Amino acid sequence: MFKNICHFYVDGFRSMVLGRTLWKIVLIKVVVLLMLANFVLPNYLNKNFSTDQQRAEHVLDNLTVSLKPNGN
Amino acid sequence: MIESFDLSMVNWARAQFALTAMYHWIFVPLTLGLSFLLAFFETLYVRTGNEEWKRITKFWMALFGVNFAIGVATGIILEFEFGTNWSNYSWMVGDIFGAPLAAEGIFAFFIEATFFAVMFFGWNRVSKRFHLVSTWMVAIGSNLSALWILVANGWMQFPVGMAFNPDSARFEMQSFFEVLLSPVAISKFTHATSSGFQLASLFVVAVSSWFLLRKRHQEMAKKSIVVASVFGLMASIFVAFTGDEAAYTVAQKQPMKLAAIEGLYQGDTNCALCAVGILNTDQKPGDTGDPYLFAIKLPGALSFLATRTFDGFVPGINDLVYGNAEQGVIGVTEKLASGRIAVEQLALYKGARKQGNALVAETALAEFKRHEGNLGYGYLQTPEEAVPPVALSFYSFRLMVGLGTFFPILFILMLVFTLRDTLENKRWLLGIGVISIFLGYIASEAGWIVAEVGRQPWAIQGLLPVGVARSNLTSATVAGTFFMFLFLFTVLLVAEIRIMLKQIAIGPEEK
Repeated sequence: MFKNICHFYVDGFRSMVLGRTLWKIVLIKVVVLLMLANFVLPNYLNKNFSTDQQRAEHVLDNLTVSLKPNGN
Repeated sequence: MIESFDLSMVNWARAQFALTAMYHWIFVPLTLGLSFLLAFFETLYVRTGNEEWKRITKFWMALFGVNFAIGVATGIILEFEFGTNWSNYSWMVGDIFGAPLAAEGIFAFFIEATFFAVMFFGWNRVSKRFHLVSTWMVAIGSNLSALWILVANGWMQFPVGMAFNPDSARFEMQSFFEVLLSPVAISKFTHATSSGFQLASLFVVAVSSWFLLRKRHQEMAKKSIVVASVFGLMASIFVAFTGDEAAYTVAQKQPMKLAAIEGLYQGDTNCALCAVGILNTDQKPGDTGDPYLFAIKLPGALSFLATRTFDGFVPGINDLVYGNAEQGVIGVTEKLASGRIAVEQLALYKGARKQGNALVAETALAEFKRHEGNLGYGYLQTPEEAVPPVALSFYSFRLMVGLGTFFPILFILMLVFTLRDTLENKRWLLGIGVISIFLGYIASEAGWIVAEVGRQPWAIQGLLPVGVARSNLTSATVAGTFFMFLFLFTVLLVAEIRIMLKQIAIGPEEK
């Protein structure tokens, strides 16, 4: 059963025509987007605080200190 | 013109999110609708045994694969943007969104790893019936996968089934089913998915019309148009019903959004719906003049849409901002005062807890609980800030509805002329058919503009304005990444359209 399933996937990948190009696109796109996102879009709270307690305090500070709703 | 743009951090973050979401939404509706069309084509193949239907299924399946491959991962960027630009928001909703997004991930993984593989690799390897079941499972699974995202979005528009924890600063889920079955979530899911069915039908009509204009693959094109037109027509009727239900839900849960969509400043009974109009852009909250420079109105229609009676009262922007005691409408002015108490008491509770003053903390918490439903209003500087951009909501809505009315007419014409076998001679109609896919995308994106711009200034309706949901970043940082993603998405979109056009030009496999 397991062997048949493996063969199914291996044969499927081997016999791809358009799929080969599409898989290349998917892989390149995922790698580029994830690398870029990790580099330019770091998680703000994870980057600046090390514990959940600190993160909660920071958010509570923002909720209780008057902020201008339109930013800056 | 440029000086009218507010280039603050929060607006750059909104622009970046809108850019990414609109780019992502190019691929999603096509996946949702085309997956069902594949299932219909293949069902016809299995029921009739006609190899032409198999050829048709495989052609559209290849385009489905292209759309899926080029659309994959664009949604992930949205999740990164939550963590970077909207960190307060993402911290606060983590408990609510965790369950739906995890369910989406599990659904997507199992469906993609199993049924997608059978659908693409399984021709001649599994039985006809098992292959058909897999294709149906891909369609059902893709749409169920969208359910969870739309449940999360629906919760932001109408937060239910949760309680705010003032110690952790998080909204904690109290009832999963209340979140799942919220009327806003249901109307979002039914309306968004059915509009996806409509868009995918337009895609099939557009590509098939192009083949007929070029006198290529005519049998396949006509067969495809018949199935897509029937599906598109049924979807259009469903879109109209779900749109009506969505408008009713908006009227009940987000009346300010409805007032903005209608450009309605003064509420009224037996309220007319503006079918077509030009807004007077000088109109501001508090003004009582005519908000339209030109308007064709349907008497009583807005009252019926919002209250299900022709003489029901529909509050306008002025009623919602300043209140209308006669009609029992509590204005933002009053909610703002209550919200400020909530913010003050939350601050007092936080300070008292830190100092270990249990009595003050308990009193402050009790007072906070009395006003927490208006928490978000406490962050607004003026009541007028609760009004979303009226012109953008008004025109986007009319664009969406106008095109949504045109599409069923197109499907009927396509169906009638195909069944009479005269469609090839109607080159004008085929030309409109080709263009219709662009119109479909305009209508689909306009729908999201109505939904998301119309709910401003809220990240979470009434509880968290976007200005507080944001991270403490500078405008320059977010503006920089905005332009970077604008460039990246433009390059990707151009490349992806070329791949799709190339695949369409190749056409179906030879008989």
